[in-house]
Amino acid sequence: MNTGIVSYGAYIPRYRIKVEEIARVWGDDADSLSSGLMVHEKSVPDIDEDAATIAVEASRAALIRGGLDAGRIGAVYTGSESHPYAVKPTSTIVAEAVGATPDLTAADFEFACKAGTAAVQACMGLVASGYIDLGLAIGADVSQGAPGDALEYTAAAGGVAFLIGSKDSEMVAVIEDTYSFSTDTPDFWRREGMPYPEHGGRFTGEPGYFKHVTKAAEGLMKKMDTYPKEYDYAVFHQPNGKFPTRVAKMLGFSREQIKPGLVVPRLGNTYSGSCLMGIAATLDQAEPGDRIFATAFGSGAGADAFSFRVTDRIEEVRNRVQTVEEMLEDPIYIDYAIYAKHKDKLKRA
Amino acid sequence: MSVPRFWRKQIQRYNLIGTHCRNCNEHFYPPRNMCPTCRRDGDIESYKFTGNGEIVSFTVIRAAAEGFEHQTPYVLAIVKLDEGARLTTQIVCNDLSQIHMGMRVRPVFRKLGDGGEKGMIYYGTKFVPVKPLKHD
Repeated sequence: MNTGIVSYGAYIPRYRIKVEEIARVWGDDADSLSSGLMVHEKSVPDIDEDAATIAVEASRAALIRGGLDAGRIGAVYTGSESHPYAVKPTSTIVAEAVGATPDLTAADFEFACKAGTAAVQACMGLVASGYIDLGLAIGADVSQGAPGDALEYTAAAGGVAFLIGSKDSEMVAVIEDTYSFSTDTPDFWRREGMPYPEHGGRFTGEPGYFKHVTKAAEGLMKKMDTYPKEYDYAVFHQPNGKFPTRVAKMLGFSREQIKPGLVVPRLGNTYSGSCLMGIAATLDQAEPGDRIFATAFGSGAGADAFSFRVTDRIEEVRNRVQTVEEMLEDPIYIDYAIYAKHKDKLKRA
Repeated sequence: MSVPRFWRKQIQRYNLIGTHCRNCNEHFYPPRNMCPTCRRDGDIESYKFTGNGEIVSFTVIRAAAEGFEHQTPYVLAIVKLDEGARLTTQIVCNDLSQIHMGMRVRPVFRKLGDGGEKGMIYYGTKFVPVKPLKHD
């Protein structure tokens, strides 16, 4: 049975902090950081936003875009590494807030930056087997970066929700196939109770991101017997602008193919939302019949590759809610002090 | 706020669920179990508001109650929903000078508060201006 994206919705908070403002505080070279990372600014959550509120806003946008009844949702899986609770699911909050409760299954996913695509795959299985009608897969984060750490320049806030279904007439994009590659790689972690993650510095690129993304991408193309030139667009997990640009070149994809989905220079890394945000931004621009190749990466480590074919329905639903581009426009810039307050790094006495 | 007290009203706060009297067509938020106009002739049903409405009156909170100190200054407003019901709510807005009576607003899902670092997080509905505001 075919499975596909029946609708999608994104949410990006309006606040932004520029890389040069963070560099000013820590005495770093802003130009070198900005050009090296290919990130100029990152999104910051409002004082009353967290991964759950972002997941709800993205999910509501997906339901409105698709014109779908929330009662049809049989599974809600929220991927995040910043779930508000250590114990108590984000997914039940989302399910209640979109009006999907109580006849459904729900659970939270965690796999660094690829928990959202892992949720997509779980929904594909439940939908394809006929156990459920629609599955809601979400990637949402208010990512943590320790003050002064390299990750602070990119750790951003945002989320994307995909409604996965099996009715051909409802799909905006058919999921042609998926393939994953996973190993036990200690490139990035956060221990229970710790506020900020740790990472292996420069070690993380080759054995983490590049190995897993290339293996998953090549594995899917081999499985499907497809080649980079057969795709109109490609999206790769974007922890910064440099990594997806380089991995695209390594795999044989062009800069034009990754351009619509490369939102990280103006957004930062939305972790579990990162690859899904690139797919959403690409769907916002894609034409019926276009093929999209996507590979998400999560530290720890693993990569999920997908092949999508966009359907005629995209043009009908695309503009029913804000596009990713529209959400990136008109930001509110804040300085480091306000950013620290928004991120709860400053505690009032 | 106690956990059970919030939980009882959770559905109303998440999704603006109120009630509607089929007899006189009046809408209520928070929900009423009995129509105050029609009394025993009333015919009450559950009703989900669209959430679209306008600011009827507002004030800027600068000396906040406990738990809201970090949010000052913020706007507290009476919003009239399009169906007619009125509610008191927070308006999420970066530029307080742009807030005015008659301003169109729409609902957003936000944290309303929490029971401290170890306590529950309370979620619910706040409102934002329909059009993005001008800012620096």
